[in-house]
Amino acid sequence: MGSYVLRRLLQMIPVFIGSTFLIFVMVHALGDPVNALFGDRAPDPAVAAQIRAQYNLNDPLWKQYVLYMGRLFRWDFGTTFTGQTVTSQLAAAYPTTLKLTAVAFTIEVIFGIGLGLLSGLRRGRLADSSVLILTLVVISIPVFVTGYVLQYLVGVRWGVLPATVGFDVTLRSLILPGIVLASVSLAYVARLTRTTVAENSRADFVRTAVAKGLPRHRVVVNHLLRNSLIPVVTFLGTDLGALMGGALVTERIFNIHGVGYALYQGIVRQSTNTVVGFVTVLIIIFLLANLLVDLLYAVLDPRIRYA
Amino acid sequence: MPDQEKYNEADPMAGAGTEEEEMQSAIENRQFDLGTMEGETLVKGERLADHPEAPSADERVVPRSLWQDAWRDLRTNPIFIVSSLLIVFLVLVAIFPSMMTSTNPLNCDLSKSQLGPTGGHPFGFDTQGCDVYARTVYGARASITVGVCATVGAALVGTVLGGVAGFFGRWPDSVISRVADIFFGIPILLGGLVFLSVIKNKSIWIVVAFIVVLGWPQLARIGRGAVITAKEQDYVTAARALGASNNRLMLRHILPNAVAPIIVVATIALGTYIALEATLSYLGVGLRPPTVSWGIDISAASDSFSVAPHMLLFPAGALSITVLAFIMLGDAVRDALDPKLR
Repeated sequence: MGSYVLRRLLQMIPVFIGSTFLIFVMVHALGDPVNALFGDRAPDPAVAAQIRAQYNLNDPLWKQYVLYMGRLFRWDFGTTFTGQTVTSQLAAAYPTTLKLTAVAFTIEVIFGIGLGLLSGLRRGRLADSSVLILTLVVISIPVFVTGYVLQYLVGVRWGVLPATVGFDVTLRSLILPGIVLASVSLAYVARLTRTTVAENSRADFVRTAVAKGLPRHRVVVNHLLRNSLIPVVTFLGTDLGALMGGALVTERIFNIHGVGYALYQGIVRQSTNTVVGFVTVLIIIFLLANLLVDLLYAVLDPRIRYA
Repeated sequence: MPDQEKYNEADPMAGAGTEEEEMQSAIENRQFDLGTMEGETLVKGERLADHPEAPSADERVVPRSLWQDAWRDLRTNPIFIVSSLLIVFLVLVAIFPSMMTSTNPLNCDLSKSQLGPTGGHPFGFDTQGCDVYARTVYGARASITVGVCATVGAALVGTVLGGVAGFFGRWPDSVISRVADIFFGIPILLGGLVFLSVIKNKSIWIVVAFIVVLGWPQLARIGRGAVITAKEQDYVTAARALGASNNRLMLRHILPNAVAPIIVVATIALGTYIALEATLSYLGVGLRPPTVSWGIDISAASDSFSVAPHMLLFPAGALSITVLAFIMLGDAVRDALDPKLR
């Protein structure tokens, strides 16, 4: 197990370098950041030269990248052109997005697996068909449409939950954005769980468990669900990254000042360090989630052993 | 008997895009299945093999290929019929929008700004006073072009690279898999926000290229898994023993047996790519006016949703129905091509 984790961590290094370098190159292709800093005014040549020297902008791109990564490992994400440290921006934005993702993930897991189990156990019945149709409709409607409609109905018309979040992030205000963010993934989880549960409910080990007289809830939870969850866990792990990326849209609809907001500002102001810093942290989270998924395999399925 | 078929037939989706360990267990399972199979099902297994021209004239029972079987299934599947009729209709609208409306979507009258549905203008007007019905009809072209072209591109790149990785193994596999991991490591909306804000003049083709660049790894993984499963089969060993070249093995024996899961995933991806284009346009990094697109219209309408909901709901409805049609088609094709579900 230990050597497997080590091998996977080593494999992650080229992927990490590749993804961050790609983003680094693209962000620098946005244009000259010094010109963007001065907007419509022409920058004073001396000031511009000083800024260029201060941020290593005269070096070739690969050297800038190496210097940047070197600082990154000392937990120094650099500063924006306005002097704010990127670390402070990260500290301001990430907790908000993490809270939103956590709310969405909880909703996704509970309702996705619950609905999938319900529908898989009653394959072909009314509950099954309604879950199938409902999830198909949810998948087809783009998130931003669901977002605006729910915001208007639940937040404005009925006034049940707060319609926007703003600076004061409370759990209550995150429920509606959480539902919107989770909706599409929830539908996928429900459909995936349904398929595997329906497949496994005919398996020999389930028949054996029933035959030896186990109570129904033990058969379903310990035998059927545990074996059916393996593909679902894979999906949930890779979906974590998609949720944080998808938060860009949800944050925009509900006025949440999280990663999406900060990234958007960074791109508009061409603040290289902000964009690269935020994306790098997201990629690290994404890669670690994938590793965690592979390790969870072994916990869920004792047949899989990592040498 | 039908139950046995479910377990015994080789499953083209098995092990698609999984780790080696599982692949091994999938292969073991198949061998176990083969061991317990009756003679009859062996013939069925062979049916998956690629020899449509093989049966001689005196043979009475012509074995049906996987594709013929799937087509028989699809013809009677109401979901397939409904979704494909819908898609044919949408494609026709995309090619000949003037068939559906004589109003020019760019011919706007500010005095009619945000007016609700009236006679002759069933969907009302948007903020600029343009006819929402005409814009919805003309918007089909951008969405469907992006969806179809991006899917074809991603499927081609993904199949070729995934196939090469799966067939040759060793270093081509390592290189292609790591490159795929790099693109997989970038969340797609995030990548869109960064990559597409670089390019100022955006045509449809830039958005298509972006989706292909970030979309191919998904299909390459599926293709790689399917090729690895297919190349272990006996008919491949037999063909190799008869002296078939690598090209012949790949194109005549492995590709026809590995392409089913790719087609399934690509069809479903088509729907999601259409939604992705709209989302990118909504974020302001996708298509730009004067291109008429559902995403642009929904984005523009979102500011005054509570005042004039019709501006958002009609293009959103059209978008959702299009995505739904392609996802339903993908579902139906998967049910037909995946013998495990039969």
